[in-house]
Amino acid sequence: MFDFKIVTDWIDNLLRVQIGIPSFWTLAIEFIIVGVVFLSAYAVLALILIYVERKICAFFQCRIGPNRVGKWGLLQSIADMIKILLKEIISIDRSDKFLFVLAPFFVIMGSILTFAALPFGKGLHAIDFNIGIFYLMAVSSLGIIGILLAGWSSNNKYTLIGAMRSGAQLVSYELSAALALMTVVVLSGTMQLSQIVEKQNTVWNIFHGFAAIPTFIAFIIYLIAGHAETNRGPFDLPEAESELTAGYHTEYSGITFGFYYLAEYMNMFIVAAIATTVFLGGWMPLHIPGWGAFNHIMDYIPTVIWFFGKVAVCVFFALWVRWTFPRLRIDQLLKFEWKILMPISLLNLLLMALVVTLI
Amino acid sequence: MKSVIEYIKKIVVGIWNLMLGMKITWINLFRKKITEQYPENRDTQVMFERFRGLLTMPHNANNEHKCTACGICQMNCPNGTIQVISKTETDEATGKSKKVLDQYLYNLGSCIFCDLCVQTCPSDAIAWSQKFEHSVFRREILLKQLNKPGSKMAEKVKPTTVETK
Repeated sequence: MFDFKIVTDWIDNLLRVQIGIPSFWTLAIEFIIVGVVFLSAYAVLALILIYVERKICAFFQCRIGPNRVGKWGLLQSIADMIKILLKEIISIDRSDKFLFVLAPFFVIMGSILTFAALPFGKGLHAIDFNIGIFYLMAVSSLGIIGILLAGWSSNNKYTLIGAMRSGAQLVSYELSAALALMTVVVLSGTMQLSQIVEKQNTVWNIFHGFAAIPTFIAFIIYLIAGHAETNRGPFDLPEAESELTAGYHTEYSGITFGFYYLAEYMNMFIVAAIATTVFLGGWMPLHIPGWGAFNHIMDYIPTVIWFFGKVAVCVFFALWVRWTFPRLRIDQLLKFEWKILMPISLLNLLLMALVVTLI
Repeated sequence: MKSVIEYIKKIVVGIWNLMLGMKITWINLFRKKITEQYPENRDTQVMFERFRGLLTMPHNANNEHKCTACGICQMNCPNGTIQVISKTETDEATGKSKKVLDQYLYNLGSCIFCDLCVQTCPSDAIAWSQKFEHSVFRREILLKQLNKPGSKMAEKVKPTTVETK
């Protein structure tokens, strides 16, 4: 497998030894490069995801999606981006101006910070905490503050209702999502993301012998809870257009709305990325124990392609579920979490602990 | 214990129904798409049979129409779009004076395409065509006369009596 550490070490060597920049400035330049790469990857991935969603949603509804702007509508996202950037930002009368402007940044920061901890390929891992999963759960919860601030500071009773509902929903589904991830931590014995991926060298977690049953249940629970957390799919009551006129982001226009829009798609990507890292083997190619030649062939496909391919499958599931089911009411949403998902995830954790100790 | 069984049954049945729903969307994903690429497909575009495009009075090869100037369509039109102007004509053969159609005026600008005129016409004189591109630059073009100049009503063929044995 191609190890990207070669590339990153070469750049480090170039800056440190050959040009001879002192260590502080080398690190500073490397940080800036990583920051720029992440920010542009964030925006580009969001544009791609928006295009994919529009096309796949259209195919589910027996129609072609955008197909006029560029061949197959490929430039549609870029046209939308230019439109959003040029729109007027309407300031609200008597809103809490500081919080109003601050809220989208919380939401965006919540998702960009998780980007840093994801292993995109072998050697393409920006920060490798030894409490990786804990960090991911903590940082993705920062988005809730942004949503509550947006609803409160808009000086609008509908946005306040939407934000309260969204806050309740996000806080509840955090529990099930975290328990599902804890199930995998019990199986792997470590919270460090690179170790979790390395341990799936022989077989992905979801096919891992007897532990496959609790892992599969945890996978399904994590996908459901993760999408409830990103306000997507059948759980999008806080931003439902027909019920609450776009909920907590009603009063935002132009690029401030663009932030929420971007953050929604990137949160979907991040939920899918965490699910693939932890359950489907991250960037690890498909290895079947005992088939040496097959494993060797699989190793030739670059790890980045494995990662994005698996993420694409998870994102497709998200879109499929969104365009199949009607919206859940807020009481149905919360009942689903507290009475069904939470007991199942607790029992699943217990089952996984038993499987790991006894088998 | 019974409530636990009910709970588990509810969950299993729920999951099964959700899977059924997802199967339906999966099948829909691969169905033929029904989008029509409108301005490019003008040559092959065919609307459905009962499409209400434009009101016409069909004339046969001898420039004859079937309108008897009864005025039922004008009475039924909800907003006065149709105006039937008739004149009396003396029939040469029998010497009787008949009412015939002089001008059939139709205002495309105010027509609501409700289909009442076509449905209530007793002689099937008016029908819908498939043309749907009606926008023009001046409103006067929308005031149409449906009977062509020099046309008259087609003579109705009297049905012959059949001898019953």
